[in-house]
Amino acid sequence: MSITVERIWWRPLDREEKIWVTIALIWCLGTFFMMPVWHVIAKQNTPNESYKVSVDDFEKIVIAFNEKYKVREESGVPVVHPPAGSDIYLAGTGIWQWSSILELEAGKEYRLHISSIKGGGDVAWQHGFSIVSAKFNANFMIVPGYDYVLKVTPTEAGEYGLICNEFCGIGHHLMAGKIIVKG
Amino acid sequence: MAEQFRTCPTTGLKVHLPAETLIKVNAVAAVVCLLVGGLAALLILLTRWPAIHLLDEEWFYRLLTAHALDMLIAWIIFFEVAGLYFGSTVLLNNRLPAPKVGWVAFILMVVGGAFINYTVLVGQATVAFTSYVPLKASPLYYLGIILFAVGALTAIGHFFAALVVAKKEKTYEGSLPIVTFGLMCAATIAVFTLLHGAAFYIPTFLWSAGILPHIDPEMYRLAFWALGHASQQINVCAMVAVWYLIATLTTGAKPLNEKLCRTAFLLYVLFINVASEHHLLVDPALSIWHKIVNTSYVMHLAVLASMIHAFAVPAMIEVAQRKKGFTKGLFEWLKKAPWGNPAFASMFISLMGFGFVGGITGVTFGTEQISIIRHNTWSITGHFHGTVVLGTTLAFMGITYYIVPLIFRRQIFSETMAKLSPYFFGGGVFIFANAMMFAGGYGIPRRHWDVTFAGAQFPFQFDPTAFFFLALTGLGGLLAIIGGALYVLNTVASVFIGKKIQ
Repeated sequence: MSITVERIWWRPLDREEKIWVTIALIWCLGTFFMMPVWHVIAKQNTPNESYKVSVDDFEKIVIAFNEKYKVREESGVPVVHPPAGSDIYLAGTGIWQWSSILELEAGKEYRLHISSIKGGGDVAWQHGFSIVSAKFNANFMIVPGYDYVLKVTPTEAGEYGLICNEFCGIGHHLMAGKIIVKG
Repeated sequence: MAEQFRTCPTTGLKVHLPAETLIKVNAVAAVVCLLVGGLAALLILLTRWPAIHLLDEEWFYRLLTAHALDMLIAWIIFFEVAGLYFGSTVLLNNRLPAPKVGWVAFILMVVGGAFINYTVLVGQATVAFTSYVPLKASPLYYLGIILFAVGALTAIGHFFAALVVAKKEKTYEGSLPIVTFGLMCAATIAVFTLLHGAAFYIPTFLWSAGILPHIDPEMYRLAFWALGHASQQINVCAMVAVWYLIATLTTGAKPLNEKLCRTAFLLYVLFINVASEHHLLVDPALSIWHKIVNTSYVMHLAVLASMIHAFAVPAMIEVAQRKKGFTKGLFEWLKKAPWGNPAFASMFISLMGFGFVGGITGVTFGTEQISIIRHNTWSITGHFHGTVVLGTTLAFMGITYYIVPLIFRRQIFSETMAKLSPYFFGGGVFIFANAMMFAGGYGIPRRHWDVTFAGAQFPFQFDPTAFFFLALTGLGGLLAIIGGALYVLNTVASVFIGKKIQ
């Protein structure tokens, strides 16, 4: 019985099989090396800075930030124009809204802190931070209790859509806001 | 003991009657779940088609949750359990050592499935498939998943026990047949993924019941995907095993080099679990090098396994076909393949679709930078419908055309329906999975009731082209549902009113 086992396991590969496996292995090695290599070459990578933060503390920071830099309101939502190059704060709320409309300046780098707050609701949900426009989209996770820091440099003036793309309850589909970039 | 067996007139193999009954009930449960999940699919499809927008938001999210659980968990795992019993008894001339344990497993899975469907349909568990904390379902929902998983683990343990019995009683000689070997790899992956599931569904259940105060949402995500993604590798493994089985049954092909095919199965077992991290590429908390390491190095050894099967399965069919005299040119063997045999058509479409629609997109979306563009968009939904629907589900549909005559001893009710089903289903899924991926490229989110944002404070207007792809998804989806309905109707009709085979 054991002889049969050995025959199945130790029969050498044919030429075609060897060629295919070699090509596939080289391809796999290529993709394997490209992951770290592209992280060094690419201009747009996944951010690598995040902190644990209590939901309530982040809410206080967001409220203070909104009060300090609020320039006007649109449909009851504060439009916030922070100084160029500063730390800025944005949260998804428990009532399926975004904490503000950010007004940024093109060509300036900001440190955008994203997280989740109750914001008048009962629970700080997980949300999806999804910037959408006619030209591109970019998506990051918003996890309650974590402050995720994205380094953002808006390059073109205009209005960008900001939608939630992680299911966060029945109001999920209403969670649409925007980010304004001034030229 | 002897009266517990019958001899199959077609294959000459001994069939253990208690095992046969368990295969039947699990296969029937699987098809029932496919029917329920399919009805949910139709309704959510008609809701995401903006021109129709059928359901209200409450029912949309409920049925979305039910669809995912009934399809991805219930249909596939019930079918896999039937497959495990088949592979460890009928294929090995063997008996199931403890049929009563098989019934316990089955009842646990049915009760678990009933809890899940009940809580979701009455609106106590509108949490989507992932049930990301702090979305909270009623404790009964988590209990349902735990019971289902315990039932599945019991069935898997039973499968391993049957393998031991077969070896001891020398019911077969030499190595395990490759199909059983592949199923054994699937079962091995199932053990560690289901244990991962227990490791976080139990605390989440306690949290939902008010006993634990807090579950860290990021910890939950990390633990969830160790189940959520790695468990898809059970499906891949089982699907590939079914490819080998169908290739042999329909064309008489034999694996050219068992060492190569079996090593590829082992690569799945060893290397797929960590690749789950690609779900967390745009998450906070985890460092970038942690993410890169876990999504690059070993994942590609699992990809290598799929590349090997992608060579080995068509190659064995080609050799078998050439031996039959189809030797003209490069592709006569393929042109003259049994395309009218629904099992073969299902298998080949599954193989091509899994590789080119599901596999390639999975590998690309799972890279750091592309994940930023695709994460949580409809592209991801398109990708995994390429793998688990076009791949796994279609392969399982294909093998049904052999299970019904061999195990249920009934003729297929309608040859025509059987012939048409794989082309409708395969073609439909091909269209809608690709259309979903294009729509996702415009930023269309997954799990979203209304991408026109009617009633939102600041509605965003997607590119009108995206709406073309939303409609195309609807059309492709309808085709797939026609194919799926042909399959379900034909299978049910065959089992209940098909002509008996003596």
